[in-house]
Amino acid sequence: MSLRIVVTVKYVPDATGDRHFADDLTVDRDDVDGLLSELDEYAVEQALQISENSDDVEITVLTVGPEDAKDALRKALSMGADKAIHVEDDDIHGTDAIGTSLILAKAIEKAGYDLVISGMASTDGTMGVVPALLAERLGVPQVTLLSEVSVEDGTVKGRRDGDAASEQLEASLPAVVSVTDQSGEARYPSFKGIMAAKKKPVESWDLSDLDIEAEEVGLEGAYTTVENVAERPARTAGTIVKDEGEGGKQLAEFLAGQKFI
Amino acid sequence: MAEVLVYVDHVDGAVRKPTLELLTLARRIGEPVAVALGNGAGDTAAALAEHGAVKVLTHEAAEYADYLVVPKVDALQAAVAEVSPAAVLVPSSAEGKEIAARLALRLGSGIITDAVDLEADEEGPVATQSVFAASFTTKSRVSKGTPVITVKPNSAAVEAAPAAGAVEALSVTFSDKATGTKVTGRTPRESTGRPELTEAAIVVSGGRGVNGAENFAIIEALADSLGAAVGASRAAVDAGWYPHTNQVGQTGKSVSPQLYIASGISGAIQHRAGMQTSKTIVAINKDAEAPIFDLVDYGVVGDLFDVVPALTEEIKTRKG
Repeated sequence: MSLRIVVTVKYVPDATGDRHFADDLTVDRDDVDGLLSELDEYAVEQALQISENSDDVEITVLTVGPEDAKDALRKALSMGADKAIHVEDDDIHGTDAIGTSLILAKAIEKAGYDLVISGMASTDGTMGVVPALLAERLGVPQVTLLSEVSVEDGTVKGRRDGDAASEQLEASLPAVVSVTDQSGEARYPSFKGIMAAKKKPVESWDLSDLDIEAEEVGLEGAYTTVENVAERPARTAGTIVKDEGEGGKQLAEFLAGQKFI
Repeated sequence: MAEVLVYVDHVDGAVRKPTLELLTLARRIGEPVAVALGNGAGDTAAALAEHGAVKVLTHEAAEYADYLVVPKVDALQAAVAEVSPAAVLVPSSAEGKEIAARLALRLGSGIITDAVDLEADEEGPVATQSVFAASFTTKSRVSKGTPVITVKPNSAAVEAAPAAGAVEALSVTFSDKATGTKVTGRTPRESTGRPELTEAAIVVSGGRGVNGAENFAIIEALADSLGAAVGASRAAVDAGWYPHTNQVGQTGKSVSPQLYIASGISGAIQHRAGMQTSKTIVAINKDAEAPIFDLVDYGVVGDLFDVVPALTEEIKTRKG
């Protein structure tokens, strides 16, 4: 029995770079280097591990984003995914989470799937809601925030570590899964993998391919409006002392002065 | 006055602190109507009434514990249909955000997550968020449908504001998707006796400099002297010295306590993302050049194995 896995990935501005906003209050993606969101590497890794443990698995990586987002796809292909889909359209600029989930869900349906695997959140927006939104839109079970995942006989199982308890979850395929950074270290692409990735197919779709009207997405179609953005004022320089035997006492003195003791 | 739905996070009837903070924010926008679901839902009413809930809608059913997320979405949707609220507020836990997102989609509404403040406005509530590792602050509003907003713990003070808190049974019909994801087992986390990391007023964290699982005992001792929660940097968690549930940073918890004490933590962007909104920041690190010192109100350049135990002793002496 074949298993079609679609892994959703996002191309994000490098968190160690100088991230900022553009004039229209969207994330500036031009002036900072981008890369495959680190948390999505774990999703690609779990898809690869599932494919190593079963026969006839096909892994498609899917992204929505500008031209450069192809870099994220290429990275996932070089890790070992089989093919890629890039949804790219000028009208997508400024799309919020609700709109992004619409585009992804339509693309996932068009691609055909048994299992969707996402990262726990993107490293730029960090909302962590897209997997739940995809499950709602696709009308399939949500098996999210897994630290452990396995697929067998049309059933997905996993462990979700919450604040109050660790839960064992189970659902029938098709389903949407998201995995945490605890699910297992993501592999580095091998040289062979990087060479092979160059020959793997990357399809490009636009909104009309997905029967989505421009006004349903983008800044105009967004369900939320950013009114203003302000750089957080730098914290005022604090007192720094060198410990010469009295550091602990000095610190206690400071904490007492602030009424923490 | 418009009603505002507040989703209640509780454990067998004991209301968790972030929900009480939501009631403070909800009262700025309208009259809070709480929604409590699952085992012990009815027992939440007294605490909710004391903090401003005019009404408490309750529904107990096994589905809330036996299946993931969707039964709670069904119930909130039923509550929205009954109340027609001005907004829906949900605590920003991992589950809270998932519930809120699915609810927003069903309502045709926008969603804002991880708000750190809320203000009333004629055109609907304005949410403040802290983004890009807290280097920017944004103000946003939901422009379509009933605003669904999740709020981070420690975003508002818990305030006593006695209200009626009349308990009403909520009528819920579960959707056919409600039983899609079965919870086949649940292992409650062992209690450490310390406050929950995201809710704590004081957090004491250890990083690479702690240099070993066994050495976290000195971090815990300091935390206990202050009644604080214990956090850990990603380096310490990846090394296996402390559990991932205690990780502070981009891929762990985001905390915003009154006081954050970083010991042996250099302050990489991944860590700053999770603690930069703390009110007072203190650091102890051997390296005077560590970026964490750019954030601190008070810093000690020194060996944490000297400074932390000395601090703990001094606190104990002062507290008598």
